[in-house]
Amino acid sequence: MIRRLALVFMLAATLAGCGINSVPTAEENAKAKWANVQAAYQRRADLIPNLQATVQGAAASERQILTEVIDARSRATAIQLNAEDLKDPAKVAAFQQAQGALGSSLGRLIANIEAYPDLKSQANFATFMSQIEGTENRINIAIRDYNEAVQAYNTRIRTFPDMIGAKIVHGAQPMVPFQAKAGSEEAPKVDFGAG
Amino acid sequence: MTNRIGTISRARFGWPLLAALLLLLFAVQARAQDFPALSGRVVDQADLLSPAQEQAIAAKSEALETASGRQFVVATVASLQGYEIRDYGYRLARSWGIGTARNDGVVLLVAPNERQVAIEVGYGLEPILTDALSIFIIREQILPWFKQGDMPGGIISGADAILAQLSLPAEEAEAYQRETLAAEAARDESSGDGSFFAFIFWLFVILFIFFVVAAAGSGGGSTRARRYRRGRGPVVIWGSDWSSGGSSWGSGSSWGGSSGGSSWGGGSSGGFSGGGGSFGGGGASGSW
Repeated sequence: MIRRLALVFMLAATLAGCGINSVPTAEENAKAKWANVQAAYQRRADLIPNLQATVQGAAASERQILTEVIDARSRATAIQLNAEDLKDPAKVAAFQQAQGALGSSLGRLIANIEAYPDLKSQANFATFMSQIEGTENRINIAIRDYNEAVQAYNTRIRTFPDMIGAKIVHGAQPMVPFQAKAGSEEAPKVDFGAG
Repeated sequence: MTNRIGTISRARFGWPLLAALLLLLFAVQARAQDFPALSGRVVDQADLLSPAQEQAIAAKSEALETASGRQFVVATVASLQGYEIRDYGYRLARSWGIGTARNDGVVLLVAPNERQVAIEVGYGLEPILTDALSIFIIREQILPWFKQGDMPGGIISGADAILAQLSLPAEEAEAYQRETLAAEAARDESSGDGSFFAFIFWLFVILFIFFVVAAAGSGGGSTRARRYRRGRGPVVIWGSDWSSGGSSWGSGSSWGGSSGGSSWGGGSSGGFSGGGGSFGGGGASGSW
């Protein structure tokens, strides 16, 4: 009887190990991590109107690059990826390109306005910069977490035994990780210690 | 004779094998960052505080945890190992799992040799200890002391400012509620998708098991059972299941959400351990 029970448990374990549950779990995990990435980007987009008000007042000569940032923001926020689009490399690349463009123009604007001493000395400007810095930090972490979750999911659907359940039951497709482009995702450097 | 050959081959191949296994172990550890052990509420690796000062901060931190469940840890490290302080900080805080499942932990990280300081805020406390407030505390409560070389003074003043903010009850209920609701919604969403498949699947499993048990019972049951038990299939699959569990732990995220971190952190920490809280970039950093 004990042997029979052991056999039963082993069979159950064998079938449970086929990815019936673990594949959707891994996929949902990656989607949840994606939601964090989107939230972090949204947070950055929400900060820009605030920046606009500050810069327009104190550094009028930076208007051109400010316009660039605002355009990049509207292009970036126009592209929304839902969870299913994460399996489409072209859509992920377009999203990434738009956010990367916003990131680099924002980085340039910040580098330029740091040269204005009266702007830099304003307390609310320093606070604002800490928010930008924190947001870039969150974006980097969210992307790293998302990529790890995607890697775990992609590995799971392509390795034995989970691939059985992934192929037969779920028809699982690999998800597309985010590629960090050289420079584009780099957080703007803000030096508070010197100020 | 066979015995002797056995011992010789063990002597010849045993040690290299053992060495290879040890190397593997170290390779894994080297890939993860080399964090100091969570020895208490104040981990003074860089040796900036006197025992009395450490105890004073630890006592205040303990009072905070008793009152609100929030965890606050001060860490001084001898080296950031080439990482940006924010990058090092959130990994350290995650690996310690400071905070409960509500992700309500805060770490004050000081790297005297790199002349950098950071406040790492867990997800759940981001609305209470915002980036703006963190940089304010660093600028106003910590850096003035550090610039004069008074490391303990800056750490104590900064810790007091953080603890004062975390002890405020005003926003606590609201933030906690929002966090809990969000976590619950996420959990419902993730379990909802697979439940239909799971139901059908288990239905089949149960039917299948009844069939197999009936067949095994009809004749020659014991030998068949023994043969299946010695079979390699189930063992391999158990093995892979375990290793996949390991990989999800490695990502640090699913692990951070659970409260499993507490027993792991326990050990020799003298009663203090992280509750499995997670961090995602809240807080700020500064240098002097």
